[in-house]
Amino acid sequence: MIAYLDNAATTKVSESVRDIMVDALYVNFGNPSSMHRKGMEAERYIKDAKESIAKLLKAEPKEIVFTSGGTESNNMALIGTALAYQRSGKHIITTQFEHPSVHNPLIALEDFGFRVSFVPVDQNGKVIEEALLNEICDDTILVSIMYVNNEVGAIQDIAKLSKLVKEKKPDVLFHTDAIQSFGKFKIFPKKEGIDLMSVSGHKFHGPKGAGFLYIKDKVKVKPIIHGGGQQKGYRSGTENVPAIAGLYQAISEIYENHEDKINHLYDLKTHMIEGLQQIPEVVVNAVFKEREDLSLSERVRFTAPHLVSASFQGIRSEVLLHALEDREIYVSSGSACASNHPSLSGSLMAIGVEKGLLDSTLRFSFSVNTKMEEIDYTLEVLNEIVPMLRRYTRK
Amino acid sequence: MYKAFLIKYAEIGLKGKNRHIFENALKDQIRFNLNKLGNFEVSREQGRVFVECPDDFDYDETVAALQRVFGITGISPVIVINSTDWEDIKQEVGDYVEKFYGRKPFTFKVEAKRGNKQYPIQSPEICSKMGAYLLDRFPELSVDVHTPQEYITVEVRNKAYVYSNTLKGPGGMPVGTGGKAMLLLSGGIDSPVAGYMISKRGVTIEATYFHAPPYTSERAKQKVVDLAKIISAYTGPIKLHVVNFTDIQLYIYEKCPHEELTIIMRRYMMKIAESIANRSKCLGLITGESIGQVASQTMQSLAATNAVCTMPVYRPLIGMDKQEIIDISERIGTFETSVLPFEDCCTIFVAKHPVTRPILSVIEKNELNLSEKIDELVKTALETREVITVK
Repeated sequence: MIAYLDNAATTKVSESVRDIMVDALYVNFGNPSSMHRKGMEAERYIKDAKESIAKLLKAEPKEIVFTSGGTESNNMALIGTALAYQRSGKHIITTQFEHPSVHNPLIALEDFGFRVSFVPVDQNGKVIEEALLNEICDDTILVSIMYVNNEVGAIQDIAKLSKLVKEKKPDVLFHTDAIQSFGKFKIFPKKEGIDLMSVSGHKFHGPKGAGFLYIKDKVKVKPIIHGGGQQKGYRSGTENVPAIAGLYQAISEIYENHEDKINHLYDLKTHMIEGLQQIPEVVVNAVFKEREDLSLSERVRFTAPHLVSASFQGIRSEVLLHALEDREIYVSSGSACASNHPSLSGSLMAIGVEKGLLDSTLRFSFSVNTKMEEIDYTLEVLNEIVPMLRRYTRK
Repeated sequence: MYKAFLIKYAEIGLKGKNRHIFENALKDQIRFNLNKLGNFEVSREQGRVFVECPDDFDYDETVAALQRVFGITGISPVIVINSTDWEDIKQEVGDYVEKFYGRKPFTFKVEAKRGNKQYPIQSPEICSKMGAYLLDRFPELSVDVHTPQEYITVEVRNKAYVYSNTLKGPGGMPVGTGGKAMLLLSGGIDSPVAGYMISKRGVTIEATYFHAPPYTSERAKQKVVDLAKIISAYTGPIKLHVVNFTDIQLYIYEKCPHEELTIIMRRYMMKIAESIANRSKCLGLITGESIGQVASQTMQSLAATNAVCTMPVYRPLIGMDKQEIIDISERIGTFETSVLPFEDCCTIFVAKHPVTRPILSVIEKNELNLSEKIDELVKTALETREVITVK
C-alpha cells in the first residue's frame, strides 16, 4: 500500500486539470498578448480563471494577479507594498512563525531601511493579540500574518486580527499568506478585512508554478518584475497560460461538495491523532490545548483540517522519514520547503516545542483523496518501527 | 586559429625500456577524454603526443578535457601550416606572432625541429633565418638566446607547425599504468580528494560506499554517485560498490561499548572494502584520513583501524590540513557536492565521547561480543551489494 501523506508539500493534479493544461499547451497555445484569434483563445483561459476566482472570493477580476505561486505572491505583496507606501512609514509587523517566503523578503527589506517586528505566538500557534497591538506605531504600514501555519496547522482568526489592527491604525494594510488555507476554507477577503492574500495552486490539486495574489482595489503595489506590462503592469512576462488554466480547473473543483471534503479531512486528522496518542512518548503539536473540556474531534476543528505535526521522542525525524519511505509512506520532516536545510524549524520553536523534540518532528498531511486505510496503514507501520528505531539513539 | 595540440609529459620521459607502455596509456587516456568531444587524431611521435583537431572543435572544451588527463604536464596549442615552402612558413609564423602577441615588445628565441630529415634547410639555419625574419618584421622584438621571455618553436614534418604557448597539465601518471585500488568513498570532502590524488599516480579506481537506510537517505547515496561521477572525469569510469551497512552497524551498536562504536564500525568497513578489493583484483585501499582530524583519525585510532587489513592502505591526505584538502576539492569540483547536508553513516551513530586513544587489544576483545552473528552479516552485506558503474 502507498500512503502519500505529504499533501501540504504538494498534491497530485486531477485528470481534468491535466487535460485542460494539455489543451492550453498544445491546442490553444497562442500568446495571450497576440492580436489574432489564437491569442484570444489563450486569453480566454486567463479571463475565465480571473472571473471564477473573483466570484469565489466575492471580489473583482481586476483584483487578481497571477503569479508563479506562493513565494512570488508573498514577495510581490510584501516588497511591492513596502516600496509603494514607504513614504507613509517603514515599519512592518509579522509573526515569529511565518513561512520563509514571508520571513526572508522582510529580512531583505531591512537592508533598505525597513524595520520589522516579529510577534510571538502561544503554544497553540495563535498570535498573541496584545503583543501584536503593542507593536503598532505611527510608522507601521503593513501587517502580514499567515492564515494557516504550514508546519503545525494552527489557524489564525484573521478577521478578528485585521479588525483589531485597523481599529488601532486604520490605514495599515493587512496581508495574509493563505497558501495552506485556500481550498480548505472559504475565504472572503473583503469581509475579513484582508487587503492582500497569497495563494498557491499546487496545494489544492493545481499545477506547480501557478498561484495568484489578491490585491484589493485601490491598494498600491509596485511591481517587482518589469517588462511588457502584462497583467496591468503588476507582473510583466507572458502569462503561464497552461498553469493558469490548470489553476482555474483546480479551484472550480476544490469547492464542490466542500463540506463533505472538509469533514473527511477532519475525520482523517482525528483518527491519526488518536492513533498517535497510543504510541508511547509521541507528542502531537498544536492540538488546541486550551479547550481540553472538548472531545478530540471537536478540538481539531480549531486547527487546520489537513495536517498533523507530531514529535517522536528519541528518534531523528530524518531517520523515521526514511524508514517510513521504505514502506511507501511519504511524509515531511518539519516543513518540506525548509527540510533540505540543517536549521531547525522556526514554527516548532515558536509554539514552544521542547528543544529535544525539534529534530524529532514529522508532518503528516492529507488531501481530499487520502483514504482512511492510508492512515490505518501508517499507524500500523509506526507502531512497528518506532520501538525498533528507539533502540538506537545517540548515547 | 589553432588546429592541433602538442602534449608534453615529464615523468614518463624518465622511464626506461617500458616507456612505450606509459606513452600508449597516455595516448589512450587522451583519446578516451576527447572522444566525447569529436573526432580527434591522436598520435605518438618522438617523445610526445600530438593531437590534431577536427574543423569544428571547441578550443576551451578541448583544453579542459586535456587538463583532466593525468600524465600531461604541458599543452601547447599549435598552428598547422599546410605547406613546407619556406616562404609560406615564414609568412604564417609572422602572422601567428602578430595575432598572438599583438605588437608588444618581448625577447624571444626560435627553436626548430626538423622531423622531416629530407627538408633542405637544417634546424640551426631555420632558427637563424626565422629569427632574422621576425626581427625585421617586428622591430619591437629582440632576441635573447639564453633567457628569452618566449620560445617560438617551428617544426617541419610533412606539414609545418608553430607554437609558443604552453598551458599547464595536471601532471602525474596516465591512469591505467599503476594498478587498481579500492577507494572508501563517503559523502564528505576528503575521500573524493584522496581518490583523485591516488588516481593521479596512474592508479585505476574502484569505490565502496556504505549505505545505512533508513539512517542515511537515498539522497546521501545519490550524492556519493554524483561525487564519483565528478572524479570519473579525471579517473575514467568508476565501479562503485554500494554496501548496505545498516544491520552490521546496529549489531555493533547493540553489542559493543558506544565509545568504541566508530572505531569498530570503521574496522568492519575496512574489512569489507578489502574483501571487495580482493575480488576486484585491487592492490590497495584508499582512504581520506588525515592525522588528528577527528577521533577516528588519531594515530592510535588509525593503527587500530589499520590492523584489520593485510592490503596496503593509501592515505594521500594524511599530512594535510583541512583547508588544503578543501582547496583541492574546490579545484577538482567536488566541494559543492560534498557539503550538501545529508547524513552519512559515519555521523549518525557517533557516541558523544568517542575514544581517541583506543587500545587494539581492548577493541579486539570487545569485538568478540559480535562473534555470534557478525560473519553472517558481513557475508550478507557483501552478497547484497549493489554495483553501479559511474562515468
